[in-house]
Amino acid sequence: MHQMTLAEIARGLADKKFSSEELTRTLLARIAQLDPQLNSFITVTEDLAITQAQAADARRAAGETGALLGAPLAHKDLFCTKGVRTSCASKMLDNFKAPYDATVVARLAAAGTVTLGKTNMDEFAMGSANESSHYGAVKNPWNLQHVPGGSSGGSAAAVAARLLPGATGTDTGGSIRQPAALTNLTGLKPTYGRVSRWGMIAYASSLDQAGPMARTAEDCALLLQGMAGFDVNDSTSIDEPVPDYSAGLNASLQGLRIGVPKEYFSAGLDPRIADLVMASVEELKKLGAVVKEISLPNLQHAIPAYYVIAPAEASSNLSRFDGVRFGYRCEDPKDLTDLYKRSRGEGFGPEVQRRIMVGAYALSAGYYDAYYLQAQKIRRLIKNDFMNAFAEVDVILGPTTPNPAWKIGAKNADPIAEYLEDFYTITANLAGLPGLSMPAGFADGLPVGVQLLAPYFQEGRLLNVAHQYQQVTDWHTRSPAGF
Amino acid sequence: MALDRSDVEKIAHLARLGLNDADIPRTTEALNSILGLIDQMQAVDTTGIEPLAHPLEASQRLRVDAVTEINHRDAYQAIAPAVQDGLYLVPKVLD
Repeated sequence: MHQMTLAEIARGLADKKFSSEELTRTLLARIAQLDPQLNSFITVTEDLAITQAQAADARRAAGETGALLGAPLAHKDLFCTKGVRTSCASKMLDNFKAPYDATVVARLAAAGTVTLGKTNMDEFAMGSANESSHYGAVKNPWNLQHVPGGSSGGSAAAVAARLLPGATGTDTGGSIRQPAALTNLTGLKPTYGRVSRWGMIAYASSLDQAGPMARTAEDCALLLQGMAGFDVNDSTSIDEPVPDYSAGLNASLQGLRIGVPKEYFSAGLDPRIADLVMASVEELKKLGAVVKEISLPNLQHAIPAYYVIAPAEASSNLSRFDGVRFGYRCEDPKDLTDLYKRSRGEGFGPEVQRRIMVGAYALSAGYYDAYYLQAQKIRRLIKNDFMNAFAEVDVILGPTTPNPAWKIGAKNADPIAEYLEDFYTITANLAGLPGLSMPAGFADGLPVGVQLLAPYFQEGRLLNVAHQYQQVTDWHTRSPAGF
Repeated sequence: MALDRSDVEKIAHLARLGLNDADIPRTTEALNSILGLIDQMQAVDTTGIEPLAHPLEASQRLRVDAVTEINHRDAYQAIAPAVQDGLYLVPKVLD
């Protein structure tokens, strides 16, 4: 039962082969049995899940239908869930029970989904290895010595290990796509503004975007359908019609123009990944796509610009954690400044503190033009590169990551080493473009992902290309031994 | 420009972060490493380039100037560390 995709579950529920409650109980038992090896959940919401599953079964018995009615999933622990701990994997929010549901959570619940729990992540979504969680590192089910990627590493590990068929994630610099690549999943970061950020604890507000993580593009289409759309509560939400993503999956790729940026094949790329990327291009050519070399000349400037913009916005967003209104408060503060400083110093982990300080420095008097403003100008250069490229091609294809999953602890000595793993993903956040990672093979038993990027609001195109690729390949069907 | 200990202490104060004395050398080293990466930006010629704040260049939506929110005080204060009579409690600010 745990091997089923969301699409298979939808058919099984519709055909009355099993109930949502049976499925939910099976998966909860599996989580209890196997998650101690992975640490992919921060909170398992067993009672909530059973209640929601019974409600979904009752709705179905009353004649309601819907692809997500009774479908089990989990939310990354930065989506606010009413009355349920929403920790952001931080000591700061260990005691925080959100007073409301995030829009994404509310929409998926209204569609009838069943929330099995809240997944582990890098603290405040700052990381690419899921090692900075207050609740401990998450293990990669493909090799328990290795990281699952981050920051949505708990969602990735749980879905890859077949603890559940799909989960939500968020992506500020690659935090859906990179862990998807490292655990053999399909993950989609939508266009900035496509999915509401309301109730998503903010990291970098001009970059953050929520999206689905699942085993197939078909499942990502189902989840995105439940997540996407205008929300008056998010001031950056875009009022743009949401297409029927499932209906577009079967479009032919005949004549699809794929751009492969020459800058992607630089010295930092593992040659085994380069070979798998080119093999995926060959598969897509067999389906009728045509391939063209393109150039993204400002690619190399993306990481420096990102590590100004994201920390600057984080330093502002995280100023709300002050020990006064919610979250962690230090013991016996001697005055108000001591209350702020010790609550924040004790409540935030080292990586979060580093990023807050980088941001505070970049925004401090006399440095704004040299850092934040220069980064925003580079951001436009990067966007312009993409606009030029998309005048010639329909999608851009390349590696999702320069390396497969590394060993836990291997990149802890220098934060920069981990930052460089975001080389291929962060440009989509800076430009606000949709991006998808799909399984494309293995290097020494560790999964490798291929990333597809498309023009604004063409999530449907990405899902279509990935789905067609998944009709002629079986990488995405492989499951890790022991799970 | 490399940060020294006093710079880091000043930034930590601006960010209201209480650092452990013992951690300051390691934090200083890490911040300098990050700033070294960021400083690669300075070599990029951005003359005449407009900064990009919102990827889709959207502007802030306005709404009708009418009350739309109900008072959530009780729900919000239920999760606060210290409240009394509907007020948030902090250490004494004035003698």
